[in-house]
Amino acid sequence: MAPLDDSENKKPAEMMDIRGPDGDPLEIPRLACDAMAESKPYPAYPEHNLKLGFPGELIDNWQEVAIAKMGELAKKNRAFQVYLDACVKCGACTDKCHYFLGSGDPKNMPVARQDLLRSVYRRYYTFAGKYFPWLVGARDLTKEVLDEWYAYYHQCSQCRRCSVFCPYGIDTAEISMAAREIMDSVGLGDKYCNEIIGKVKDVGNNLGLQEKALAATLEGLEEDIEDDTGISVRIPLDEKGADILLVTPSADFFAEPHIEGLIGYAKVFHEAGVSWTLSSYASEAANFGMFIGSYENMRDVSLRIRKAAEDLGVKRIIFGECGHAWRVAYSFLNTLAGPFDFLDPNYPVPQHILEFTWNEIQKGTLKLDKSRNDHIRLTYHDSCNVARASRMGDKPGGQFEIPRNVLKAVCNHYYDMDRDTIMESTVCCGGGGGLLTDEIMDIRVKGAGPRMKALKQVTDDFGVTHMAAICAICKTQFSKVMPKYGYGMDSILSVHQLVSNAIILGGQEVEEDAAPQGDAAAAEAKQ
Amino acid sequence: MSTLYALLYYVATALLVIGLAVKIRQYARTPAPLKIPTTPAPTTASGVFWRMFREVVFFESLFKSNKWIWLFGYLFHGSLLLITIRHLRYFIDPVWWWVSFEQPFGIYASFGMVLGLAGLWGRRILVERIRYITNPSDHLMLALLIAIALSGMTMRFLTPTDIIGVKMFFLGLLRFQINELPDTPALLIHLGLVAVLFIVFPISKLLHAPGIFFSPTRNQIDNPREKRHLAPWAAELEK
Repeated sequence: MAPLDDSENKKPAEMMDIRGPDGDPLEIPRLACDAMAESKPYPAYPEHNLKLGFPGELIDNWQEVAIAKMGELAKKNRAFQVYLDACVKCGACTDKCHYFLGSGDPKNMPVARQDLLRSVYRRYYTFAGKYFPWLVGARDLTKEVLDEWYAYYHQCSQCRRCSVFCPYGIDTAEISMAAREIMDSVGLGDKYCNEIIGKVKDVGNNLGLQEKALAATLEGLEEDIEDDTGISVRIPLDEKGADILLVTPSADFFAEPHIEGLIGYAKVFHEAGVSWTLSSYASEAANFGMFIGSYENMRDVSLRIRKAAEDLGVKRIIFGECGHAWRVAYSFLNTLAGPFDFLDPNYPVPQHILEFTWNEIQKGTLKLDKSRNDHIRLTYHDSCNVARASRMGDKPGGQFEIPRNVLKAVCNHYYDMDRDTIMESTVCCGGGGGLLTDEIMDIRVKGAGPRMKALKQVTDDFGVTHMAAICAICKTQFSKVMPKYGYGMDSILSVHQLVSNAIILGGQEVEEDAAPQGDAAAAEAKQ
Repeated sequence: MSTLYALLYYVATALLVIGLAVKIRQYARTPAPLKIPTTPAPTTASGVFWRMFREVVFFESLFKSNKWIWLFGYLFHGSLLLITIRHLRYFIDPVWWWVSFEQPFGIYASFGMVLGLAGLWGRRILVERIRYITNPSDHLMLALLIAIALSGMTMRFLTPTDIIGVKMFFLGLLRFQINELPDTPALLIHLGLVAVLFIVFPISKLLHAPGIFFSPTRNQIDNPREKRHLAPWAAELEK
């Protein structure tokens, strides 16, 4: 690809530097030691911690308890044990983390992030660290170390990009989850995650959206669809005896562009002619129990979905567009809340909404007019948890193909970004893993850098205007950070928003039958 | 001297074998509570076998990650394998035909071993990121391996030792009898360092060798929807 001429760089000065001199989205920065040492999320209040079964605030004997917890986790989790032992410091992962690429802080290199904890593990649990600490970089667990953990284990989005490239498959996500669990166990919780998990336990969703408000919101959406299309499309809530329980991130109920995705699911279900329902009790697909590494909390949240499925008497469970939620759903739900032998055995439990939609597209149930998306030149951001921690369909890699198949079925102009930044090598949005909180916006913006650079390439090369994603966190993060990189906040789209745009409902009168082409359509859509 | 080295080798070998056995047992018995294969992952056991095969034999992930580290790392490990096979001749009698056939490859692999290690060491010193993550033990491990290689090469190319004597010594050890060990300095250094390598193996980063086979991101089958995975301690929560 031709290097970008400097004179073409018309970005205003306050914008983030979007493209390095060689145009490489994965350009490696110089080390900037401790550049992000002060990036810390707000600590949780006692009430948030206590609700999840953790001490309210930092306990007096925190050191002792933390060290014991570390030993306990090594006994309970093979990944943690093996990964603490196996690293040879080869350096293969050092340039793989988007937070390192964006910030240059060496403690954001995966191996260095792991070493913050590994150094303490070695000190207390290995022969070399006990007797020759200076030799192997072992160190005591002090308050400074704890503070460092709090800062840097909240600069990991648990996206697992490093695990793809490690010769032993060492997954920093496992280490950062364990570190957060250790910190929680001594009363040092993260407010954003812990408060949210508490809301799910109390109300059923991350927002704390009560049943009545939810019902009113969904009614409003039904009216919007009818106003738009002239067709009555239902978004049912708590309907017993429906075939399908849809569990979707609560952001789908109120945020843009998420809500357009929800409208898309409703239209697809409507056209497929299936009966479905949302649940007010399990009105959340997200499961922040994963982010804090707490099996017990993750299980509690998952069991709500099982209970909703049992109470409503559904036959299938389908998940909406959400990255880590799909990881928990696909990879963990059967473990945490299974077995699901009370559901229809003809369908996998759970299914992803894209598996459902792609199946309907292949069956020919959906009438699609691709030209309705002609004002959009599209690329697709593989969400990390979907890409590297789950699957769709029955073949490995279905999680890459199925979303692209659907997008190409509803959109004429589709272009992939640099191969090193998509699919299993996808770079995180920068807001995952429980970091989607505004007090750490700086690291979020920096972490989005590699993705934004890759996007800029396809904008320059193919005129790409929009990026689609299937993760609530990605969508929220991008709508916040894209303006910092010169894109409009509405440049990020839900995949089912594009489906929704293209779908022609049965009986719907189509005004502009010969769909407008090119610029005219673009001008119309921009209004 | 022969008795000293005999005892050293019994102790070092015992520490290596017992240490590794303890570690492997620990890895095998520690449950993996969740399905965490790095996807796309194989959906069958045979698929996982091949994934692990490619990882162990070709260093597949490292190749994807960094060509230089792969090149030096592969050169070192490949050479070490050839050299180890060559050294079987000191422990078996008569020598198997393929071990005899392999001798010249094993001999010249020593250059590959030194080159690979030197490359890795160079990166450790010259590449800012890797220098940052390096501990003294990482330098020492490279120094140990290079010293082993150089002392071995000294005997092969500069000051030959009585290899018949060496073989008698080790065959003797296998039968619990102590035969005379030739007292060439290079030999004593070489054998001493190899014993050190044996001893540190189970308490150092060399645990990556057994560790990779137990890495859940690489050895798990991608079938969580089809087959319920449950750790024993997690099953307790369901009671």
